[in-house]
Amino acid sequence: MNCQQAKPLIDPYADGELEASAILELEQHLQSCPACTLALRNLQSLKKTLKQDALYFTAPAELRQRIKSELPSPAKTVPRRPVWSWNWLTTAMSSAFAVCLALLLTMTLSRPSADQSLAHEVVSGHIRSLMGSHALDVVSTDQHTVKPWFNGKLDFSPPVKDLVSQEFPLIGGRLDYISGRNVAALVFQRHKHVINLFIWPAKERASKPASITPIQGYNLIHWSDAQMTFWAVSDLNESELMQFVQDFAAGETMNP
Amino acid sequence: MVMPHLDAAYNLARWLAGNDHDAQDVAQEASLRAFKFFGSFRGENARAWLLSIVRNTFYTWLRKNRPLDKSLDINDETTEIEDVSANAEEVNPHFADADAVRRAIAELPVEFREIVVLREMEGFSYREIAELAEVPIGTVMSRLARARKLLQKRLTAEFNQGDER
Repeated sequence: MNCQQAKPLIDPYADGELEASAILELEQHLQSCPACTLALRNLQSLKKTLKQDALYFTAPAELRQRIKSELPSPAKTVPRRPVWSWNWLTTAMSSAFAVCLALLLTMTLSRPSADQSLAHEVVSGHIRSLMGSHALDVVSTDQHTVKPWFNGKLDFSPPVKDLVSQEFPLIGGRLDYISGRNVAALVFQRHKHVINLFIWPAKERASKPASITPIQGYNLIHWSDAQMTFWAVSDLNESELMQFVQDFAAGETMNP
Repeated sequence: MVMPHLDAAYNLARWLAGNDHDAQDVAQEASLRAFKFFGSFRGENARAWLLSIVRNTFYTWLRKNRPLDKSLDINDETTEIEDVSANAEEVNPHFADADAVRRAIAELPVEFREIVVLREMEGFSYREIAELAEVPIGTVMSRLARARKLLQKRLTAEFNQGDER
């Protein structure tokens, strides 16, 4: 490789976008070419310069406030009633309702709920997270980023797993408040459905995953293990949500 | 899905529009639009999706408010830029003066500027930028390379000037 061939590869190389075979060739060239090595070094220092925090404009508080006030519902209000007027929510909810209706027709008896008021809180938490106000505090598909993020924010360390190979990719996490305490909420995605998984230390005995009667069109599954209690909620249909729960329960836990 | 990425939306709008007031208008309109059309969102990356809306909102705004802005059509092929990256001396390894860097970025043509913001500040891959900015991946690469050459040239000049003072 000569300099003419190497030059156009330096940018993609510094960006981590060069394919493996070309990397080897370029690195060989760099070893014997001070000019291209210098060009690479200058590029790397430019990249670092452009990444400095001082150049990033964060949104002014007034803008954040103004957008919040223009969104269909104030962020702080806990929705007691479903938010019918929203186009995207109604679409999601009407399909969820169809599933719910089918379930009611096919199921001979619906399971008694473990704790209806808790289930309502969980659904409220889920809807709140979809309202555009507060879905994610930490945006990351990496369990090794999300789990440590909870350190110091909770008095427990929730299990965090990425189920990307099962097609339930982790998209992030946030703090939520359920049943009078701070809880961890992990957010997963299945196609365009969002799954909130609420986790807090268990007080009750361990229990197997069980579907709760859907609330406002949202499916819920609740279970507990020796340490934690879990609530999964989504507009995903019940069988897929159960699949998610089983994958999560079976998935590799990251060591605390 | 909008608020977690509001900083990214504002940052892009701010770099494109060049001032706070217009950037707030663009970011606000884009956020509300994103919220309205969330039902049509099929992708995996909400941030990329929001930023593509910011970008479209900005260009619509630009045509309406600054129709004479000459940077709108840049010639990707013929603009020759002197390459200073391999000059004998090392270009200043610490362009620490954020103001100088800010000025240098602001002077880039807007099509170059957006690629720099998306790549270096938001960390999107070439492919993601190509989809977001609706240009071929080769154009992303050539604009990015040209933008960097311009920045290096500008910052080297600035640095040398500072030296002489």
